[in-house]
Amino acid sequence: MADILAYAETRAGALRPVAGEVVAAARAVADQMNGQVVALVVGGPGSAEAASDLSRFGADRILVCEAESLNLYQPDASVELLASVTASVSPAAVLFAASAQGKDLAARVAARLDLALGSEATEIEVEGGSPVISRPMYGGKAYGRFRFLQSPALISIRPNVFPATADPREAVVESLAAPQVTPTTRVVSIEAAERTTLDVREAPVVVAGGRGLQDASNWQLLEDLGEALGDDATLGASRAVVDAGWRPHSEQVGQTGKVVSPNLYFAVGISGAIQHLAGMRTAGVIVAVNKDAEAPIFGVANYGVVGDLFEVLPRLTEEIRAVRRSDG
Amino acid sequence: MRSIVCIKRVPDSEARVRVAAGGMAIDASGVKFAMNPYDEFALEEALRLKEQSGEGSVTAVTVGPDEARETLRSALAMGADEGVLLRSVGSFDGLAVARALADEIATRDYDLVLFGKQAIDDDNMQVPAMVAQLMGLPCATVVVDLKVEGRGATATREIEGGHEIVEFDLPGVVSAQKGLNEPRYPSLKGIMAAKRKPLEEKDVTLADPKIELLGLTPPPARAEPEIVGEGVEAVPELVRRLREEAKVL
Repeated sequence: MADILAYAETRAGALRPVAGEVVAAARAVADQMNGQVVALVVGGPGSAEAASDLSRFGADRILVCEAESLNLYQPDASVELLASVTASVSPAAVLFAASAQGKDLAARVAARLDLALGSEATEIEVEGGSPVISRPMYGGKAYGRFRFLQSPALISIRPNVFPATADPREAVVESLAAPQVTPTTRVVSIEAAERTTLDVREAPVVVAGGRGLQDASNWQLLEDLGEALGDDATLGASRAVVDAGWRPHSEQVGQTGKVVSPNLYFAVGISGAIQHLAGMRTAGVIVAVNKDAEAPIFGVANYGVVGDLFEVLPRLTEEIRAVRRSDG
Repeated sequence: MRSIVCIKRVPDSEARVRVAAGGMAIDASGVKFAMNPYDEFALEEALRLKEQSGEGSVTAVTVGPDEARETLRSALAMGADEGVLLRSVGSFDGLAVARALADEIATRDYDLVLFGKQAIDDDNMQVPAMVAQLMGLPCATVVVDLKVEGRGATATREIEGGHEIVEFDLPGVVSAQKGLNEPRYPSLKGIMAAKRKPLEEKDVTLADPKIELLGLTPPPARAEPEIVGEGVEAVPELVRRLREEAKVL
């Protein structure tokens, strides 16, 4: 029997969307090892209440450290909590989200506990009683399979890849005292982006534009399509348009931007440079709109439309609005 | 400001990557290598901090093969004062690399240690935070803005849907994200000067890895691509298939 520890991250007293994915992924691994899932939640006021929701994704035990001082991610405190909880639970694996918080924390924990870390796993199997991961490397141009020569295995999982499958059970919730640490690094505040949209790495639907849009002012066409697609959709951009200053760096999709795996990806006016394809080829369904029938983007697109995006896009937005209206 | 910038030689982002026979490495033949693009932001920041303070130094350090000497020369051409090659074949275990860097950094005087947020070969995004943790230093990763005043630093980290403001005292560790600055191009003068700048080389033995590569494969094949049609006339058919076939609308 081997338990799996899942770090279910919070921000401002609420679970982050990836928390459910991490717990569900831990559940799938634990089931293959006849173990329990222990979820660790560290956060500000409201975290304990929010944490109980993790039983929905298969957590058997939920450990919560709630304190005003932990309302924002405080790396030094989270490292110490993970060190002590890992020592007491003796898990076979510790799972994190490969998010801004999870990646920062997982690397610190690995150094703190002298353990190797497998980053951005897109698959976790159990072979011979221990986890084996697959993960994209070279910006997704190759995949590596790794096994751990240690226990526990530290693994961060790529957002949007492992489904947050419901597997409800009765969970025990226990509270932990905040660790006594003198923080070297202090997170003092958070600034929200202008648009309160989903991050391009976590959004189920991405509408991305490239140089084919010809000017930053034409982004309204993408905004309209994104709006028609609903709250799940967010905007992305190619490197060319970010370098041109049309869009912020945070939206850049590609090997030198963000690697994304949404269910649905629209590539509009994007020719498909190698580094861009590396960043989005794991998307579920890819739709490309480009006037050049020879553009490399059509080599990965499930559905391509060859044509003038300035004509195609408004019509596509209109059609999608119509079908969504008919769905009520 | 005395900065140490850790850099890495990686395949260029536009390079085609093929898995070599045997499936345990990439086929490096014909692949153009360059300084990891995120490291350029880290180096540029170090150069600016030195210029603004009017004093200090910038040391570029890399763990890599003999060929990584060229990557160090690029850093010297951009303006770094000295280079250090920790000669090693490298490791897939980020912690082994972090230890070698921490051991080297510990022998030096510095105010700031800078990295690119991740190397675009392993894509581990581990080493900066590991070095900080090993050395007991404060650390801000994925930084898009950095302000240093006296012994205090304020870093803006990119997080999902916004930014996190992080404060710490020097010395500290920062990893750079695109947007931190606009890296300079080496001038001809800089390239000439780089040839005369000190470049130290030493062999290092990395700790045994605790994670083992079982094999590298090309990315999973995608479904056969298809052109639905041309122009606006194709749109109703596209929407129908997204709904009924792909079931994503």
